[in-house]
Amino acid sequence: MATYLEFEKPIAELDGKIAELKHVANGGDINIAEEVAKLQAKTEKLLKQTYAKLTPWQKTLVARHPERPHFCDYVAALVSDFVPLAGDRAFADDRAIIGGLGRFRGRPVLIMGHEKGNDTQSRVRHNFGMAKPEGYRKAIRLMELAERFGLPIVTLVDTPGAYPGVEAEARGQAEAIARSIETCLRVKVPLVSVIIGEGGSGGAIALAAGNYVIMLEHSVYSVISPEGCASILWRSAEQAKEAAEALRLTAEDLKQLGIIDEIVNEPLGGAHRSRADTATRLGEALEAALARFDGMDGDEIRRQRREKFLEMGRQGLNA
Amino acid sequence: MSWLTNFVRPKIRKLVQKTDVPENLWDKCPSCGQMIFHRELNQNQRVCPHCGHHMRIDVKTRLELLFDEGKYERAETPRVATDPLKFRDRKRYTERLKEAQAKTEEQDAIVVAFGTMAGAPAVVAAFNFDFMGGSMGMAVGEGLVAAANLAVERKAALVAVPASGGARMQEGILSLMQMPRTTIAVDQVKEAGLPFIVLLTDPTTGGVSASFAMLGDIQIAEPGAQIGFAGARVIEETIREKLPEGFQRAEYLLDHGIIDMVVPRKELREQMGRIISLLTKRDEAA
Ligand SMILES: [Zn+2]
Repeated sequence: MATYLEFEKPIAELDGKIAELKHVANGGDINIAEEVAKLQAKTEKLLKQTYAKLTPWQKTLVARHPERPHFCDYVAALVSDFVPLAGDRAFADDRAIIGGLGRFRGRPVLIMGHEKGNDTQSRVRHNFGMAKPEGYRKAIRLMELAERFGLPIVTLVDTPGAYPGVEAEARGQAEAIARSIETCLRVKVPLVSVIIGEGGSGGAIALAAGNYVIMLEHSVYSVISPEGCASILWRSAEQAKEAAEALRLTAEDLKQLGIIDEIVNEPLGGAHRSRADTATRLGEALEAALARFDGMDGDEIRRQRREKFLEMGRQGLNA
Repeated sequence: MSWLTNFVRPKIRKLVQKTDVPENLWDKCPSCGQMIFHRELNQNQRVCPHCGHHMRIDVKTRLELLFDEGKYERAETPRVATDPLKFRDRKRYTERLKEAQAKTEEQDAIVVAFGTMAGAPAVVAAFNFDFMGGSMGMAVGEGLVAAANLAVERKAALVAVPASGGARMQEGILSLMQMPRTTIAVDQVKEAGLPFIVLLTDPTTGGVSASFAMLGDIQIAEPGAQIGFAGARVIEETIREKLPEGFQRAEYLLDHGIIDMVVPRKELREQMGRIISLLTKRDEAA
């Protein structure tokens, strides 16, 4: 059963009618088939209209859609010979961040990212994609491994943020995130990051300080969640819609502001409506992004990344 | 004229603190509740003489107590584009900025200064908590980059003194980008073979704690300072965990192996100077 977002009600109704008609149509009732085709055309038009002008808040909801493809879906679709690697060698394995070696279109890579899970059990297992210090420390370890063997790194970012808990603080959450950012910026192999869903604050940038940063069309990337921002600046989480507008968190805004390098368009109605198609589109973009760094030496790769971040915002933003 | 403006020895300033105490003669310690004669408190670097509680101090007082004889040169920090997102919540960001500038007589939440600490040359990048909670946006990030460059140029240690609630939300994603930007800045100091020392003061949280402020070669904190990633209230509200005694305080971080030491305010200059001298193999002070 598909999950419809609040603003998709008219689409849900049409889909419901189509399903009903299909159900009553036994065999080739031409009238019903015609009616179904008409409704399907209508749905498509409505989807197109709706998704062409999603508000920042609606994009936030799409980015968090429970059926949106997650890290493991992209790995399954795009990576062969995947060898998952676990643990930070100090405390635990944090399944909010998954990573490993694999072959992407023939090229050995290290791929890692946040995994949110797709049902109650797996969401709990992956802690809803909210990593603890051991998660970032695993990420650091894997990035260093990739660097040692000259493998490019691909990170897929999808997190509400770093886990805010007593134990995470006791084990140095802030330090772990800081070191992870530092490692992203230091490695002498290409680092390509993709915001595939929610790019939530420090927990996101910990894996996203890359040479080349891509966003899926309906993903969001922000310093704070719209709800969090609203509750602080508007003193009420009710104002999340206004906060989402003000924060400029959509892919389009961030491309315009010069924060990200590329937007990958999603299929009609969002990634969750055509998961395979989305993975293919992302695959194309990733292949091209990695090819940019072919033949570039390690020092140059690091220098390019540093200069890019140091220059960011210096000329003002094209707001 | 160089971008380092010569700075005359700071005048003895009247410390104007908000207080309920009649005629500003007495302050009440928020920790032990004792009444302290206002002048005595200031002479004691705003540390309670009864219980040792460290109260917050303004950025100029901070610089005076860190540098030898309270003398330092102040570096101009780069100008940045104001209000890059045209942000508006219940109030315009430009208005909030103007208010903070009027209140603090500073451009933004960071001050960069050069001088010596127990003889050892150091560039200090100190946060101004009174300026929008010391929040980090483009101006603060550029201040840290400038401080790092100055440290490399002067072959001096870089000392960062955060006092910040975290990111400047009104600069949106650009404030998040200060986490990698400041990280690059301090790494350039480290790569030049110079010490990067962090003095964590009350409070250091959010995006500031999760970037340059946790990357010091040496991590020092003032007694009782609140230091952590997530705000205590966020943890309590969203995770519904009960917070242990002394949670996210300097001493708690020391116990958990996150920082090197907790140093009382009056010993900071000596201790930091000693560390810098040892790390940079400076001769003992004559
Ligand atoms: Zn006291």
